[in-house]
Amino acid sequence: MEAFDMSLVNWSRAQFALTAIYHWIFVPLTLGLSFIIAFMHARYYKTGSEKWKNTTKFWMKLFGINFAIGVATGIILEFEFGTNWSNYSWFVGDIFGAPLAIEGIMAFFLESTFIAVMFFGWNRVSKKFHMLSSWFVAFGSNLSALWILVANAWMQNPVGMRFNPDTARNEMVNFAEVLFSPTAIYKFLHTISNGYVVASLFVIGISAWFILKGRHLEFAKRSISIAAVFGLLSSIFVVITGDSSAHDVAQTQPMKFAAMEGIYEGGEGVGLTTIGMLTPGKTYENNKNDFVFALKAPKMLSYLANRNSNSFVPGINDLVDGNKNHDIVPISERMEFGKLAINAFKEYNNSEDAEIKEGALKTLEENYQHFGYGYLPDKKSAIPNVPITFYSFHLMVGLGFFFIVLFGAFLFFSVKQKTESKRGWLKLAVWSIPLGFLASELGWVVAEVGRQPWTIQDILPTMVSTSHLSASSVQVTFWAFAALFTVLLIAEIKIMLHQIKSGPKNMEE
Amino acid sequence: MSHLALQQYWWIIISLLGSLLVFLMFVQGGQTLVSQLAKTSTERKILFNSIGRRWDITFTTLVTFGGAFFASFPLFYSTSFGGAYWVWMLILFSFIIQAVSYEYRTKPENFLGEKTYNTFLFINGLVATVLIGIAVGTFFTGSDFSVDKLRLTESGNNVISQWKGPAHGLEAALNLTNLSLGLVIFLLSRILGSLYFINNIDNKALVHRASHLLKFCSIAFLVFFLLFTGLILTREGFAVNPETQEVYMEKFKYFHNLIQMPVILVIFLLGVVGVLAGIYMGAFKKSGKGIWYAGAGTILTVFSIFLLAGFNNTAFYPSTYDLQSSLTIQNASSGKYTLTVMSYVSLLVPFVIAYIWYSWKSLNKKKINEKDINNDDMAY
Repeated sequence: MEAFDMSLVNWSRAQFALTAIYHWIFVPLTLGLSFIIAFMHARYYKTGSEKWKNTTKFWMKLFGINFAIGVATGIILEFEFGTNWSNYSWFVGDIFGAPLAIEGIMAFFLESTFIAVMFFGWNRVSKKFHMLSSWFVAFGSNLSALWILVANAWMQNPVGMRFNPDTARNEMVNFAEVLFSPTAIYKFLHTISNGYVVASLFVIGISAWFILKGRHLEFAKRSISIAAVFGLLSSIFVVITGDSSAHDVAQTQPMKFAAMEGIYEGGEGVGLTTIGMLTPGKTYENNKNDFVFALKAPKMLSYLANRNSNSFVPGINDLVDGNKNHDIVPISERMEFGKLAINAFKEYNNSEDAEIKEGALKTLEENYQHFGYGYLPDKKSAIPNVPITFYSFHLMVGLGFFFIVLFGAFLFFSVKQKTESKRGWLKLAVWSIPLGFLASELGWVVAEVGRQPWTIQDILPTMVSTSHLSASSVQVTFWAFAALFTVLLIAEIKIMLHQIKSGPKNMEE
Repeated sequence: MSHLALQQYWWIIISLLGSLLVFLMFVQGGQTLVSQLAKTSTERKILFNSIGRRWDITFTTLVTFGGAFFASFPLFYSTSFGGAYWVWMLILFSFIIQAVSYEYRTKPENFLGEKTYNTFLFINGLVATVLIGIAVGTFFTGSDFSVDKLRLTESGNNVISQWKGPAHGLEAALNLTNLSLGLVIFLLSRILGSLYFINNIDNKALVHRASHLLKFCSIAFLVFFLLFTGLILTREGFAVNPETQEVYMEKFKYFHNLIQMPVILVIFLLGVVGVLAGIYMGAFKKSGKGIWYAGAGTILTVFSIFLLAGFNNTAFYPSTYDLQSSLTIQNASSGKYTLTVMSYVSLLVPFVIAYIWYSWKSLNKKKINEKDINNDDMAY
């Protein structure tokens, strides 16, 4: 076999990672802030109070600044599947295109139409229609998250499809299976609630800054009261859906699960690492210990994976070398099955003989679940980057629990009307704004680095997914995106900081 | 519905989205007019706020057009986007810089300065319209690519759809037919932009200048429109044998299509009349109704051009490198099941258009003027 152009593959991956990471700085804030604004707008509608009107307007202005750059960084993601992942689009476009189109028709129009009303509707449309527009924006943005996450979940856990050897692509056979796949449901709930947490941290942090500066105290406390309730509920929900997501990963992507926990040797009744450090240089090929040190919650990993605290959890070694006792097929065998499937696909298309065709089709169907393994150069290449996956996962989880404590504290202070005097907590809240964004990005790092080498789990590896381009072309666009997005990010932050420092308009308090 | 009926239905939807997109690019056209129309910064502000309330509808239509094309004709998506890489990348970059520019242009501390954002909007107006026109031109003139699904069984060189030229799409700009369509779309967007300003702005000087500029744009537009129409109606086209699906060259193919599908001929002619009527109203009567006539005319004309490229056994994305690699609505579409699911989803479209219409109406009850902008702290 001749070698893949790994330089092209890696630059294509780098470009996708870069654009996705940039886009994801802005999306969670949109998801959550849209609801916080809708709550505030509803308060204004109900009370008719100018205070709520100006509070709503202040957060709306920040929302607009963030939304614009979210849109700018988002358009490329939709088209990048075609520009840089041409083979991928061919191979699964029959399924993957549908949620993207539905996202446009159902969600993007809702969002963009009513954002115009939300921003420019003051004194132009009726108060009720205006308030409802804010809610439509919130529903629209969350609905768009649903469809893109359905698409992502399908890549992680491909269901509801069948390979058609005549067209060389996977075709949808059951839309409900794609839409209601547990992977999709948990991913959607986990991701949107994480957006609510990011936005609540953003609102509390900025309000805390106003209190520390002794400005707009009533406005700040009013904003905190809404964000603390929303944040606390959301952060608890994030943990629940995170648990369900991790359980789902253990069932559908055991290799990712093993990498998240950094375990090479599996076993029964495995403990969950709460804090730990991986042994540097530990790989599948050596016998070093998994950890330098690790604080483990006994049997909890087995419970998380299989809802049974004595159950078996496979490690990376079990998954690579196979484990007869637990019916795990070694990667080397799966690579053979994959090659059988690929050759059968070729034979099916090259032969005119009905009998040969039928035999080839049977071999193909029997081995299709291993199709992607046929492309792997060696068994090691089925292992994702363990340290990145492990540390991203554990840092994300740690931050998630920290946020619950923070929201709980602010809700308590809010109820007791003591927020102003808690200067240490207020400072902590300001510094927690970037932590929300960090935790959110780390979640995607776990999901996407942890599933390598696959674009479609077990079916299509990343290296077979690219377009027919030279690596240097992708390098040029990579650096162009890096430069442009960085410049736009600097502009966004500067504008945002200025708007925050100016404070809410028409408010003396 | 049969698979073929679904494929035709989806080609109609794609054509409709494409034609709506061209109409909505009055925003892009408007962006290229601002520096010529505005003499003061207030006038500039009025113009940018007029189209600024609409820019995201155009943007969303483009994204939906891409998504719908992906879902219904994924092999086009795979071939064109991955192949004509530079054309699509330039178009996308121009939309990236557009998306922040309205919101950021007059905000304090905006890092790049108002002039840069205004220039971004100009670049988007120029690049997006010309290049989208050139890209659609290749529906008639073809591109150099080859498609072979068995490449999937190879190891090193396994991309199914491969572009053959090193310019990755930029070569299309050297073709006169493509280039004339690029200029047609650019000039048309400026015509529509002027008509939108005339409709939407309450400022005599600006309306007067827009109506004046409209005349010049219209003359240039007519020249290139006649050139493009003449070129495609007289050229060889990419015909498909319905029995064997074999692609072959047919003289006057698109002219034959027009004659053999008289409904499309009628739509085309109605569209052209609509555009001309709109131009007349805007240029000579300064009437705000011009945008509706020219807008409806644009939708009908572009719609008929898309149908011309894909219906009546025609390859809509032809390959000049290997005729048999050409994409037709039959060989490039999604499977029957996916098209059926998506057809149910498409029933939402009238509902979407209805609420866009309603909110558009409710925001545009009053025309925009200086006072309006100065009293609005959300203004761009």
